[in-house]
This record gives sequence, C-alpha cells and structure tokens, in this order.
Amino acid sequence: MALSSESAAGAMQEKSLAGVGSWMFAGPLILIFCLALLVPFVTNDYWVLIATRAAIYWVLVGALNLVIGFAGQLAIGYVALLTLGAYSTSVLVAGNVSPPVPVFAALAIAGVAGAIFGVIVGLPALRLRTFYFAISTLGFATIITQIALAWQSVTGGGIGLPGPEMPAPFHTHGGFYFFCLAVAALVTWMTANIAHSRFGRGLIAVRDADVAAEATGIRKARLLMTIFVFTGASAAIAGGLFATLQTYITPDAFTFDLSVLFFISILIGGRGSILGPLLGTVILTLLPEFAAPLAAWSTFLHAVLLLVIVLVAPGGIAALLDFGNRRALRANRTIVPKVDLVGRLLAADKAKSGIALRGVVLSFLGVRAIDGVDLDVEAGKIHGLIGPNGSGKTTILNVISGFYSPEAGSVALGGEALKPGDSESRASQGIARTFQTPRIVGEASVLQNVMIGGTIHGQSTFIESLLSLPRHRSDERKLRSEAMTALSAVGLESLADIRADRLQHSELRFMEIARACMARPAFILLDEPAAGLSADEILRLGQFVKAISRQGTGVLLVEHHADLIFDICDYVTVLNLGRVLAQGTPTEIRVHKEVISAYLGG
Amino acid sequence: MLASIIASGLAVGAVYALIGVTYNTMFSASRVMSFTAGQLGMLGGVFGSLFVLRLGMPLVVGLVLMLVCCAIVGLITEFVAVRPVLKSLDQHLYVLSTLALALMIQQVVAVEWSTEPQAFPRVFGIGGGGILDEKFWLPVLTCAAAICALELLYRRTLTGLAFLAIAEDNFAARALGLPERNLRMASYALAGMIGGLAGFSGGQLLLAFVANGPLLNFYGFVPVALGGLGNNRGAIVGGFALGLFQQAANFLVGGIFASVAVFILFIVVLLAAPRGLFGGHLARRV
Repeated sequence: MALSSESAAGAMQEKSLAGVGSWMFAGPLILIFCLALLVPFVTNDYWVLIATRAAIYWVLVGALNLVIGFAGQLAIGYVALLTLGAYSTSVLVAGNVSPPVPVFAALAIAGVAGAIFGVIVGLPALRLRTFYFAISTLGFATIITQIALAWQSVTGGGIGLPGPEMPAPFHTHGGFYFFCLAVAALVTWMTANIAHSRFGRGLIAVRDADVAAEATGIRKARLLMTIFVFTGASAAIAGGLFATLQTYITPDAFTFDLSVLFFISILIGGRGSILGPLLGTVILTLLPEFAAPLAAWSTFLHAVLLLVIVLVAPGGIAALLDFGNRRALRANRTIVPKVDLVGRLLAADKAKSGIALRGVVLSFLGVRAIDGVDLDVEAGKIHGLIGPNGSGKTTILNVISGFYSPEAGSVALGGEALKPGDSESRASQGIARTFQTPRIVGEASVLQNVMIGGTIHGQSTFIESLLSLPRHRSDERKLRSEAMTALSAVGLESLADIRADRLQHSELRFMEIARACMARPAFILLDEPAAGLSADEILRLGQFVKAISRQGTGVLLVEHHADLIFDICDYVTVLNLGRVLAQGTPTEIRVHKEVISAYLGG
Repeated sequence: MLASIIASGLAVGAVYALIGVTYNTMFSASRVMSFTAGQLGMLGGVFGSLFVLRLGMPLVVGLVLMLVCCAIVGLITEFVAVRPVLKSLDQHLYVLSTLALALMIQQVVAVEWSTEPQAFPRVFGIGGGGILDEKFWLPVLTCAAAICALELLYRRTLTGLAFLAIAEDNFAARALGLPERNLRMASYALAGMIGGLAGFSGGQLLLAFVANGPLLNFYGFVPVALGGLGNNRGAIVGGFALGLFQQAANFLVGGIFASVAVFILFIVVLLAAPRGLFGGHLARRV
C-alpha cells in the first residue's frame, strides 16, 4: 500500500513536471491567439484584414516550419503551393472546368492537390540536399506562375479570376477573420503535436545528425514524404483562403517576395521553435504597415534581414527567448552512472544468438580497409576490437550497422544475413551504436536527444500524433519515462532539460550510450566510448558496459585504452591493416608476441 | 524550323553553359554554390545596355566596364556571402547568405533600372535577323572563346594550376603555402566576369531584363546538376543539350510546356543520378 502510494506520488510529480514544461511551451502561443481574438473588437476593418492576412500566412508558415525549421530542408519556393491552392479553389468555385463546387469542398480538394504537389516538389529532397532542393522548389515556383499566366481558359491568364466567396457567417470581414484564425490555431496545435512526437524528433535528427538518425531506425524518406503531404495540404488551403482575402487573383499576386517572406519568418523565428516563427510571421506581415515609404524596397529589407540572421544570429528569436539555457551550468560536474538501473532499461528477451562476420572485404579507392575479416560477437559478452589507427575498426562497425556494403563476405545476426547497406533497419533488428565523434542534435534538449533513441518503439501513426490521440500520448509518456530512466542510469538526469550542445564531451559520450540503450538492443556497438574521458570516468564506463552485458546484451567495443579492454572484455580481436592479427581472451592477447610488437608495445 | 531550333537552341545553350561555368568556378574555389551566378548573367545584360545605350559609351568601353563591375559583384559575393560562412560549410548557410545577396542585387536593379525588358545594343551589326544573325552566334562564339581561355589558364599557367590545386584539396593546397584566400577572391572575380560575359553575349536574345536573374539561376544550374558539380566539360555539354531541348520543346509544344518539360527532366535526371551524369564519387559520411 505504502509502495503504491509512493509510486503514485512519483507519477504525479512526473506528470506535474511535464505539465509545467508544456505550459511554458503552450502559454505564449495561447496568449497570442487570445490577443488575436480581440483584434476585431478594438480596431477597424483595415486592421482586421491585416490580421487575417497574418493568420493565413501562418497556416502556410506554421506547416512549412516542419520542413524548414525542423527538417532543415531549404524549401524556398513555397509560394508555388499557395498559388496552386488559390487557383484550384477559385477555379473550382467559379466552375471553369466543372460544375461549380461549394467553397469548403473546393478548399478540401485544393488541400488534396496541395498534398500531391507537395510530395512532387519534395521528391528531390530525398536524394539531394540544400542547394539542389532549394533550386528545384524555386523552379517549381516559376513554372506554376507561368502556367497560371498561360492557361487562360481556366485561370483567366493575366486578367485573373475572382476568389471564392465564403458562405454566411464567414462572409463578413470579422467572420472570415475568425474562420482563418481557427484554421491557424488548428495548424499550430497540429504542428506542436508533431513537434513533440517521435516524428518531430526524427525531423531534427535528420537535420542535425542524419547518420545517427539512420542508426536509430528513423526512416528518412517516409518521414519527409509524410511531412510534405501535410505541408502541401496546409499551404494549398492557405492559398484558398488567400484567394478569398484578395477577392480577385492574378499571377502578379504571387511573387517570389511571398516565398521570401515565408521562409524568412521561419529563420527569424529560429529553427525547431514554433513560437519564434509565429512571431516572425506576425512581425513581417505588420512591418510594411509601419514602414510604408519603404514598400518598394520590401524584398531588399527581407534580404538584409536574412543576411543578418544568417551571419549574426543564427538562433533567431527563439534563441533570444530561451532564458532557461542562459543560466550557467555547474562546473566540475562528475558523471556517476547508476549501474543498478541498467536492468530496468534493457530488460527484454534476448533471443538473438550472435553477430557473425565471415570473410568481409571492403576497399576505398583501391585501398583495402578490411581484408577478409571473421568476427563473432556473442550475446551477453563484451568483445573488444583493438588495433592501430587505420586498421579498420570503425569500418567494421560501419559494415555491421549498414553504412557500408562489403564487397565480399557476409554479416549475419542470429544466423540470418543482414541486408547490406540498409542502415535504417538495424535498430529494429536489435543493433544500436554510438559514434567516434558524438552525433547529436545540439539544439535539442538532452532528454529529447535520448528519446530519439526509442523511435522504433513508437506505436502511434502520424495521424494519431497529429491529432494527439491516446496512443500518441501513451507513446510520449512511455518514451519520456524510459528516457529519464536511461539518463538516470548514465548519471545525467540532472541535465535532462539542458541543450545538448552545452554539455561536456564526456557527458555527450554517456548521452549517446543512453540513446543507444533506448532501442533495447540485443547488441550494442561502442566506437571509442572512452576517448576524452578522465581516468575515473573510464572506470565507471567500464562498470556500465559490464552491466549492459550482464543483461544479455552483446557489446562490440572499439577502444584504444588497453587497460579498459583487458579489464572488461570477455574476448578480444586485434586488427592490423584490415586483417585479424590475433583473437583470444584478454590473457592470451596480452602475451601475444605479434600484438605486442604491432600495437601494445613494450 | 529545324534551323531556327538549332540556332536559338545553341545560342541560349551557350548562355546556360556559361552560367554553369560561373557556378563551377565559384564552387571549385570554395565548395559553395551561389545564387548570385544567375544574377551576374542578368547584370551582364543590364550593365551592357546601361553603359552603351543609356550612357552612350563606345561598345568596347562598355564591355570593359561591364566586366569590371561584374568582377566587383563577384568579389562582393565572396566577401559578404561566402567568406563568413565557410567555417561551417556543413550547415549550408551559404544557400541563405548567397540567396540574400542575390535578392538584394535583383531588387536594386528592379528599382534603379527597370522592371521591364530593355533593349540591348548591337555588337557587330552582322546579320539581318535571320538564323545567321549575330544574336545567335555571338553567345556560341563567346562560350567557345571563354572555354579556350579557361583551359589555357588552368593548364598552362602557374596561377591556373594553383586554382586546380585548391579545387582538388583545399587543406593540402594551404599546407603547401598557396595563398588560398587570394585565389578564392580571384576565382570569384573571374566567375563574375564569366557570368557577365554570358549576359552580355546573350543580351540581344534575352534583353536587359531583371527577371533574367532567377531564370538564369535555374537554367544555369541545370547543366551543372546534369554535368556534375565543378565539372566544366559536363556543364558545357549539359548547357547546349538543355538549350536545344528547351528550344525544340518551345517550337513544338509551346513555351509553357517547354518549361514544364525542362523542370521534369531536371527532377527525373537528378533522382536517377544525384551526382550528375558525369558525377564524381560520393564523400564518406561516417
């Protein structure tokens, strides 16, 4: 009885803590929307129109924020989808190609069209990054305008066509404003739900640590496509509303200036934030009203703002508002892992019998990095992999985790061959890893970074997360509490809410181990986890790795610290020039003549 | 019609190829793709028309002044939009910084020059508007001359070899004591002149028009993407192929569908061969 009440109190405390966090996040957003509700009552029709414009822009920008701010894909031509939505809605309502369609049905159809074209425009992002993607969205924007100009029978060409009229009660300025505001609030809520789900964390992982994202089982292509569907639909619906606001649309209304405004709003706001880009959108929409003489130079001003943001304040408004992360961290922090928590973390059935490499060969530009390596990692054992620099240790890890496909030989897990080069599937097959240089999302909190590791255990679908349905909420609760356990286990629980890039190097190493444990792997590959750690920390790391193996998890440990290797390993493989020089127990290796002359010295 | 397609296809192809070379020249020196490449092409036309027609200068003076101005724009690109972000290339901030600069250039031209297409002067006055008119062969000739000059520079001069060295391996070149920063600035000035020449030689075809900036940004990048980053031969082949394809589509199915066709071709080829048709090897990620 006492026990259950204690755990209930613990749960309540956890819940209230999460509650404080979400209020800190949602409070300012709710405040902004409450203030927006007052606009029609304290101002005139003109300002209501401006506010309507800001709301419509936010419907697009809020969704685009997931593409630019979270996924880091520089989609600079999104005015194309606004144009598409505006014309689809107007043409459908006017009945130029079909019998006239009611406004809301037209908006829905425009949303579907936007989703389809969102994916088409997004396709290049799957294989190409940055400049290529930016240019292809730019090209799409140019083409859409040309089509609108040329397809006169449908779009009215340069003369244009009237925008759809809303039915009562949304036909007045005020009514339409409240409608747009409601759509904007809905988009904000949905993007916030995504941001706080494994999908949102997957996006920032793809942006800042794509290699780690693959190793944790985040399916980049599927994730980006889903986001492009959502963003395309939102942008096209924003276009439909925009057409109503304009009352009459011509291709001139959709200049590249708008595209610039959209993505600068996000960059000014700050990557990975929702409040920042919202403020950015409001500021940029209002700016021309206060700087009317500069109207002709608006693009120039936007461009200057963009340059200043990029060169001077890459964090944007969100970084300015992030007061919590300005407090100094305690110096001289020591990491004290709680080894007894490892059991709670990794408790799972470990049926996998072992990783087996047979005759693996891989060369880079003619140099054989690994040349016929046989290696076995057994469940519940620690296998040390040592050798001089360039002997192929990390390359072996990369072959196992699917980043490289071997030219010859095989990699099997529990007797079944692992598909070469399929790095995204390794996590779900039970293989997790860390990296020689920690691959982390610097701008996200330590807790979020660790939660990324649990991506494969998420149950909810994208739609469930979008609408914050029960399965999404239980996913989040479970992931959060597991991540807290993992952080406690490695001794970083007091830093859970700190931005990861403020941590010390040694703390990042333990954070990566916590992230790897979140997948509850059958095997864990550690790439020089002791590099940069103090002697004390190396001792604790050793105990922690031992605790991992006691749970039945096999460990492949690449290390240069011979003491650590000989201290904790059950079995050691020594590599030299891509070949196995010696294999055996630590005692055998320590006295192996060739190993001593090639590597250990003495 | 075939003759017109070939004449205009080769002409615009030459302009695209030269813009592609502009992209490549900047990329080789700094690993940066710059949105100012297309704007330089636009500026070549605008400066030519400004100096020769509006200010009444002799053609040669106008040409030299145009080259100087475009070289300066190239240097500004290097100083304002490239150098500050070189430290963190992996964050791809250059996409945004060069885009910002390109937008500024475009807006200044739109406000101070004109938003309408303006006439461009005749250069030699040869040909009466037919398919042998100078507006068709001038870009091709300029492109060929520029390529020959570049090849001579890169293969026969010490400076040219230094350019190749920093393009091949920036760190090694610096370790050898090459003045990497000066070479980078020189490359950007050179790129500026190549871009300016593209716009100047194609001026009678494309006119002195501010909207050419974004257009050339896109159509100039297509050959680079097809030919592989930093590969000038690829860009030339890609540029002429694009020009011919676009003009053929233009004559056969109309302008809009030509644009759509080029766009689809671009996306499909890139999805099939992300490093271009003549692309190099992929960098190691892990």
